[in-house]
Amino acid sequence: MAIIGRMRAALTGALTGALARLVGNAIALFTRFLTAARVNWIGTEPIPRQRLYFANHTSNADFVLLWTALPAALRARTRPVAAADYWLKSRLRAFAGRDVFRAVLIDRNPETRTEDPVALMCKAVDEGASLILFPEGKRNMGPERLLAFKTGLYHFARARPEIDLVPTWLQNLNHVMPKGEVVPVPLICSVSFGAPLHLAPGEDKAAFLARAHAALLALADQVEAPDERR
Amino acid sequence: MNGAEFSWLLNGVFLLLTLAWAGAALLRAWLSPEGQNVLVENLAARIGAWWAIATLLALAMLGGRGGVVVLFAVISFAALREFLTLTQKSRADHWALIAAFFVILPVQYLLVYMDWYRIYSVFIPVYAFLYLPVLSVIRGAPERFLARVGENQWGLMICVYAASHVPALLSLHIEGFESKGLLLIAFLVIIVQLTDTLQYAWSQFWGRHPVAPALSASKTWEGFVGAVASGAALGAGLWWLTPFAPAAAALMGAVITATGLFGALVMSAIKRDKGVRDWGQLVAGQGGFIDRLDGVLFAAPVFFHLVHIFWVTA
Repeated sequence: MAIIGRMRAALTGALTGALARLVGNAIALFTRFLTAARVNWIGTEPIPRQRLYFANHTSNADFVLLWTALPAALRARTRPVAAADYWLKSRLRAFAGRDVFRAVLIDRNPETRTEDPVALMCKAVDEGASLILFPEGKRNMGPERLLAFKTGLYHFARARPEIDLVPTWLQNLNHVMPKGEVVPVPLICSVSFGAPLHLAPGEDKAAFLARAHAALLALADQVEAPDERR
Repeated sequence: MNGAEFSWLLNGVFLLLTLAWAGAALLRAWLSPEGQNVLVENLAARIGAWWAIATLLALAMLGGRGGVVVLFAVISFAALREFLTLTQKSRADHWALIAAFFVILPVQYLLVYMDWYRIYSVFIPVYAFLYLPVLSVIRGAPERFLARVGENQWGLMICVYAASHVPALLSLHIEGFESKGLLLIAFLVIIVQLTDTLQYAWSQFWGRHPVAPALSASKTWEGFVGAVASGAALGAGLWWLTPFAPAAAALMGAVITATGLFGALVMSAIKRDKGVRDWGQLVAGQGGFIDRLDGVLFAAPVFFHLVHIFWVTA
């Protein structure tokens, strides 16, 4: 009986995995069609190095766009860092978050959490993954171009200083799918990758976060038309 | 869609394109081995785009009128996406934008396919014009309201309304010219594309006075006059494709050319206003759909109406 149980579990796991891969490819294809995503490798190349991509965050579709912009081989090893409260809300979301995108799920509430988010990110990296992180910590709904960064990026950079930190600017997605909307508008989006950063020896938290913030804004200036800069 | 003219045209176009391609390859090897000669590179890029346009049109024609309507619906979609990516919008415009892409565009092409001229000729200029701002206004946000709804309407007029007049040419009922509408499309597209290039060549060799100095130094009055004359000559030379007499075909060629040239200039002004060099990046360095088709978009409704007024029997 135990053997049948184990076989059933293995079969379910294999099926879930296959379905997840299929759904993942379908989502990537759909996103390509919808956004006609333009991908600009400005400061770096799409090479198989372990990286943390840190990007601006205006829409729930952000990480799908970034994930779609990566070549398939890199995409297979890249996992988004995402909020557990959002992604575990329903079974469908849990399937998408855990199985399709294999998100590193973190608890945003410091009071209730049992595991340190940076420790979870380090664990994923030690298993060979690259990461996608939105250092603003929440979606930017206001008129500001880029919110202040939370400290997670710094703590990760200190814990894993050898990992490339790649600034990534996502353009136009807030128009494609504003907060609270369900149907996306098929405007052209772009994903731009800048030159990787690392924590400098002796650099303190505030200085590092300011440098990373400035690097992302400088990248945005390079790719956006003047009247889009708000 | 059969007929001697059609096979002549198809063979002729692909023969000329092959010659043009070979000529450009030779010029490239001779003058621009490193891609340094802007003129030669520009010509090579245009010839590449013509290959794509001719191949797509020929394939669509295999599908008959439905095929051509679907092809232009897809082109409209791509063009509208390029246009609306650059326009002003706010979150309150979300449903207006959705409606533009997923309601107005398909309905316009469906009306063209069903040949409901009295509706498709007013659907966007009247009904979209009046009702789309309503979708925006019920969501609030009066900031830049006129600019937002105005730019949205402009995008629809150029990328959907104007573009849909190309497949609409297929349903014009001209006595003695039944089911030969494809030849009119070929006449329009060939003249606009060739004269756009000829304008460039005329301006390079004889150009002195820029039409719009603040916009473009490569578009000159000499180039425009030369191109319109070339368009008239081309029109006369292609009269056998059309129901027009040679003199009327020449006049039509001149009108199409002038409209296409000034239309391309208008689209350049919008690009300049929005701070971009190209509408899109269909192929790296060669611009997007609108960059390749701006002249055709402007000339199509004018050509359609002229044929409708003077050649269509009630």
